Amino acid sequence: MRPKGGHAKRVAASSLRSRMDKSVSPYIYIAPFFVLFAIFGLFPLGYTAWVSLHDWQLAGDSTFVGLDNFAALFADPDFWNAVANTLGMFVVASVPQLLIALLLASLLNRPLRGLTFLRMGVLAPMITSIAAVAIVFSQLFSRDAGLANWMIGLVGVEPIDWQADKWSSWTAIAVMVDWRWTGYNALIYLAAMQTIPRDVYEAAELDGASKARQFWRITIPMIKPAVIFTVIMSTIGGMQLFTEPLLFGQGELSGGSLRQFQTVAMYMFQQAFEEFDYGYGSAVAWMIFILIVLVALVNFLVSRRMSGVDK
Amino acid sequence: MIKQNRLVYLTLLIAIVISVFPLYWMFVIATRTNDVVGQYPPPMTPGGELGANVARLFEAEQANFALGMVNSAIASVAVTVSTVFFCSLAGFAFAKLRFRGRNALLVLILGTMMIPVQMGIIPLYMVMVKLGWQNTLQAVVVPFLVSAFGVFLMRQYALRAVPDELIEAAIVDGSSSFRIYWSVVLPALRPGAAVLALFTFMGTWNEFIWPRAVLEADNPTVQFSLSQLATEYYTDYTLMFAGTLVATLPLLAVFIVFGRQIIGGIMEGAVKA
Repeated sequence: MRPKGGHAKRVAASSLRSRMDKSVSPYIYIAPFFVLFAIFGLFPLGYTAWVSLHDWQLAGDSTFVGLDNFAALFADPDFWNAVANTLGMFVVASVPQLLIALLLASLLNRPLRGLTFLRMGVLAPMITSIAAVAIVFSQLFSRDAGLANWMIGLVGVEPIDWQADKWSSWTAIAVMVDWRWTGYNALIYLAAMQTIPRDVYEAAELDGASKARQFWRITIPMIKPAVIFTVIMSTIGGMQLFTEPLLFGQGELSGGSLRQFQTVAMYMFQQAFEEFDYGYGSAVAWMIFILIVLVALVNFLVSRRMSGVDK
Repeated sequence: MIKQNRLVYLTLLIAIVISVFPLYWMFVIATRTNDVVGQYPPPMTPGGELGANVARLFEAEQANFALGMVNSAIASVAVTVSTVFFCSLAGFAFAKLRFRGRNALLVLILGTMMIPVQMGIIPLYMVMVKLGWQNTLQAVVVPFLVSAFGVFLMRQYALRAVPDELIEAAIVDGSSSFRIYWSVVLPALRPGAAVLALFTFMGTWNEFIWPRAVLEADNPTVQFSLSQLATEYYTDYTLMFAGTLVATLPLLAVFIVFGRQIIGGIMEGAVKA
């Protein structure tokens, strides 16, 4: 009798354990993400909103000031300068970047020899850290010792002080951004292009459509999701641009003597970690978020239209 | 047709030269002396000063480069191991276990991927101050032990790579769900987990903004050390370039060995997105 009862007990215990396992375990498995996100993601986000409504300085003295930080921000010419710089560099960087990526992808989407080598070649910049990219390109764009000035000198152009003006510093920074990301975007387009069935092109060929026409009328519309994806990703990255302009200006958060390449992210950093004005810095952080949402929305609508239905 | 193909190869060749040249330039300058850096025409072949420049690099007081390398190695390995473990576990739960609120929670995780990191940098810093973690290594490790991107990637991979019959058979055998994860799911997830590990390692090694905010120059990560070089020694190009070269070498090695998987990971992710 005894062994049998023990067996029944064991069965009951193990079925209880398995029921517990079934109902509780999944939550335990996904809990680490939510716990970490709550502490280091969600809480900071909500707290940014709270802090932005205060005059909050380093020592932790804080007074509630309502929307004063935002009012000050709207009247702050340095903030608007940073916004304009960020948007300007985003346009200067991302338009050529995505166009070149499209070209590269369409070239790579052919039966070529050494395809893996070619793909690794265009992706090589991705392994370089942004800090390293910024250091190397700052040298390439230095006024007295840079290859860029040497090369334009070969065709008779006077050397440029790349840091001095808006257009020149934006160009140098855009080149850094594009060098690192163009190959990555090309691979994303290539992946999308490879899912387009061959017979679509064959049919177009029979109809006498030129290669260029096929590209604009078939390829682009068919890879629309990939285009939108890269545009949104570039927007999120571009609105937070920080490391390249920071190191281009020898680590100064001011982004040049006249703030000619200071981005919003640099401005936020400057307010929070140089001026120790956490309240004002948090207000800038919220503005970055709003900027991302707005620009992403505009870009989403534009890229959907451009690569969408026939006009 | 042949002519057209030549044009294609030529264009791609130019693209690859542009892609690789700055890396080569990094190497050339790191092996030279400072007085030739500004010369026109510029030096295009390596010199013999690499050893001397690397030695100066490790002696540069403001940069703490050796400590930066060690810190980054520890942080990158810790974040990678933990991310692969927790993300594959959560991915398995989302893909193969049934529980209340599963879809809503998954959408929530996807939503968090849209939040820009820099938004929370100031309050995150204040959290670190409360915890007493400023200028400590755990400040750049603990918040990143599991990622939304990783959970989603592992879930997608588990949906395809792990057949339901395999799991049902294990349940009939009386295996606990963790045992199923460990001995059935994890081995099947290995290729996807490798891609996640590669991206996580590269991302952590290259991370700059958060370490710059929460660490001090006396306890940096390797990217912070680089920015110290660019700030404190900005006229000493051979020193800075030796730094970028040494900081890039580990990832270059990873890329040469696992380049195919990295490319596969990007392209597969793109198709799914």
